[in-house]
Parts: sequence; structure tokens; C-alpha cells
Amino acid sequence: MEMLASYLGTEVARMVVGLIGVIALVSVNALFLIWMERKVSAHIMLRPGPMEVGWHGSVQTICDAVKLMAKELITPEEVDRPVYYLAPVVVFLPVLLTFLVIPFSQSLIIKDLNVGIVLILAFSTLTVLAILMAGWSSNNKYSVFGAIRSVAQNIAYEIPLLVTVMSILLMVGSFKLSDIVAAQGRYWFILVQPLAFILYIICATAETNRTPFDLPEAESELVAGFHTEYSGMRFALFFLAEYTNMFIVSAVATVLFLGGWRGPILPGVVWFLLKVYALIFLIMWFRWTFPRVRFDQLVTFAWKILIPLSFANLLITAFLMKLF
Amino acid sequence: MSLLSLSPQAVATVAFFMVMAVTLIGALIAVAARNIFHNVLGLALCLFGVAGLFLYLNSPFVALMEILIYVGAICIAICFAIMLSEPLYLPRPPRSASKILGGVVGAGLVLVFLGLLTRKTQWVPAAQRSTDWSVTTLGHYLLTNYALIFEVISLLLLVAMLGAVVIARGGRGSS
Repeated sequence: MEMLASYLGTEVARMVVGLIGVIALVSVNALFLIWMERKVSAHIMLRPGPMEVGWHGSVQTICDAVKLMAKELITPEEVDRPVYYLAPVVVFLPVLLTFLVIPFSQSLIIKDLNVGIVLILAFSTLTVLAILMAGWSSNNKYSVFGAIRSVAQNIAYEIPLLVTVMSILLMVGSFKLSDIVAAQGRYWFILVQPLAFILYIICATAETNRTPFDLPEAESELVAGFHTEYSGMRFALFFLAEYTNMFIVSAVATVLFLGGWRGPILPGVVWFLLKVYALIFLIMWFRWTFPRVRFDQLVTFAWKILIPLSFANLLITAFLMKLF
Repeated sequence: MSLLSLSPQAVATVAFFMVMAVTLIGALIAVAARNIFHNVLGLALCLFGVAGLFLYLNSPFVALMEILIYVGAICIAICFAIMLSEPLYLPRPPRSASKILGGVVGAGLVLVFLGLLTRKTQWVPAAQRSTDWSVTTLGHYLLTNYALIFEVISLLLLVAMLGAVVIARGGRGSS
């Protein structure tokens, strides 16, 4: 009994420390990514970007965050109140939960569940529900349009994403993220599954609603899409969730294709974060390279190209696995 | 750390009742709310509770699959159906007593059937059947011992699809 209690004690302590660490990481990561986004976009357009506050504008996003916190939380008259208040929470909580299983290094992981990747995939589907809640409860046609687009897009891109991940899992034979990294001891999976990597990155970009798949919040048509009616910290939570989602899809791609924390000389965490931020840079690069796709192109691309390709990839993987 | 002063059994009981409360509240919202969008959210909450029950029964894989498939896919698909239904700003028709009665009788019959079934069944604790409940074992069982059940469940999807086709066809033509 006492042993169980002490075991529970260490587990609880690990969870609490992990949660605090994750919340710190999420906030700092979002602050950094917003600055990075502005800098990357600026330099791609041959302009300097934010320069005034701090070294090369590095404190700019902290000022923005303080401003957001001080802003009034506006609740429009005709919104569906309970759902309107809940949506920012529902978008943010699952994002925190997914950090439970992400292996930053050999030992730096809160809980190495043997269903790790399923947990990430399951909780990432909740983002769609939250977006739908936000769009629907706002009682605003732009919000509803954004939400509807988001749902159609996410359903379409989730299928190839899952099938692509499955072809990697087939090679490893485990859902455990640390096992997937361990299986890449000799070579990274991007070398044997280049098509899967490309498919994954495309689907991940679509799942996080990034350009060129940012139809749910297309500024030029829908004001701001599903979060048009949100202000202050409620809006900030959506923003935070979006940037954290970007981190998570990149972290999963790192684990699945780039060998996770593996790398010479430097410690594992550094390698892991380097790979993650390199992938995030790639996704940001997309934003300033490809124009936004039309909606019919978006859906056709998913159903007629990505899904057949991902299934073909899965079949070929299974066939080769049986052969060798 | 007041949590640690409780015995593990007490913690487990509290967790069980919390999960049950979530499931029941979700189910009530799903049935009773007048706004159809709230119904779906209630259903999602209820399914979350069911996932919690699976977690309580020490099978995280089934719990996560419950979230991935039922909350993530089915509820979203239902939202799609809502978008094809009547606009919410129209006045809703009043509840009809006969429909409520029908619903209560139907649900009651299912409840009675399940109650009888649980009383008649000889329950074998999972630990006595097998000790290995890993995902691999579950997969093997689904494709060997329980392959027939697995396939029969897929008939449900076929029926749902046929039903959708029938309803959609009628709606298009008449309106």
C-alpha cells in the first residue's frame, strides 16, 4: 500500500512538473514562433520586419501579448453563450494533453505510453470540434463559413494523414513514440519513405489551417473566419493553439521521419528542437511561396490525389515488408 | 497533496463517479436540449465519458479509439448533417407527446434487455481470461477469434450508408 502511494507520489509529481514545463514551453514557443513568423515573412519579402522593440524586434511579441491580456473581452449580443465561452478552452486543452507523449529526448518525456501516436491523433481531431463550436456559436455568417470550410478540409485531410502514419507504424510495429525513434537507429525513415514524408507535410499543413490551406480564416474573404467575434485572451487562446499545433505536427514529423532526438555531439533535446524548428520554418516558407488554393481544388486534391497516393504507399510498404 | 492521503480505492471510486457523471450529463444534453447543435455537443461529451470508462477499465487504446472515431469522426459527420438541416433561426415545432412516449418506450425496452442480459451473463474477470491485453493481442483477436463479429459490425455502416442515400434522395426530389 505504501509502495503504491509513493509510486503514485512520484507519478503525480512527474505529471505536475511536466504540466508546468509544458505550459511554459507552449507560451514561450508561441511567443517565439510569432516573432519568427513575422521575421521569416519579412525577409522573404525583402523587408526587415519588426525592429523597434528589443534586438531585431525580439521583445515585440511580449508587448503584443501584454496588450492582448489587457484588452476587453467582448461578448456580442446574440452569441450562443455557453458554447461561445467553451470553444477557446476546448481548442486549447487537447493541445496541452498531446505533449504528454512527445519524446524530447531519451529521458525527457512525461509519460511514454504504448499508445502514444494514437493519443496525439485522437486529441488533434478535437481541434475541428472546437473550431466548429467557435464558428457556430458566434452567430456570424463569416464565422460559420470559416467553420464549415474547416470541417470539410479537416475531414478530407485527416484520412491521408492517418494512412500515411500507418505506413510508418507498419515498419516499426509499435505505437510507442520512443520505439519509433529507436527503430531509426541506422537510417531516418525519410530516406526510405520520402513519399510518406511529403504526404505528411502536406496534410499537416492543411490540418493546422496554414497557407496555402488557410481557407477557414481567409482574411481577404472571411474577415478572420471562425474567430472573427473573439477578442482579447479568448482570441489569444486560438492563436496559441494554432502555433502549438504547428509545433506538435512538426514534432510528430520529427519522430516519424527525422529520427527524433538522434544526432551526433549535441544532446538529444537540442537535436529534437533543431529538427522541429527547421520543419516549422519549412511550413512558414510554404506560406510565402504558394498562393491560397481554391476550395474545389483543395477538396479535389485531397480526395483524388492524396488519398490514393497514401493508400498506394501503404500497400507498397506492406508488400515490401512481407518480401524482406 | 491531499490526493495522496486517500486510499487508491477511494481515488478510483471518485474517478468512476466523475466519469459516470460526465457520461450521464452528456447523454441528457444530447436528448433534452432544444438546439440541435447543443445535442451534438452533448453527444460528444457523453462519448468522452464512455472513453473515460474504457480508460477506467485499463484499456487506453480502446479509449483513444473511442475519441478518435466517435468524437473526432462521427460527431463531426453529424455536424455536417446539421448543416443540411433546417436553419436554427426558424421557430422550432413543439415537442409531440407521442414521439416522446415512443422514444421513452424504445429506450426503456433496450434498457430492460441490457439489464436482463447483464444479469444472465456469467462474468469472467478479464485477468482470468488472459493477462496480455496489448494492442497486438487485440489486433490478433479481431482478425481471428472475433473476425465474424468484426465483419457484422461493418454491416451497421452499410445500413447507415443506405439509409443516408434513401433519405437524401427523397429530400432532393420533394423540395
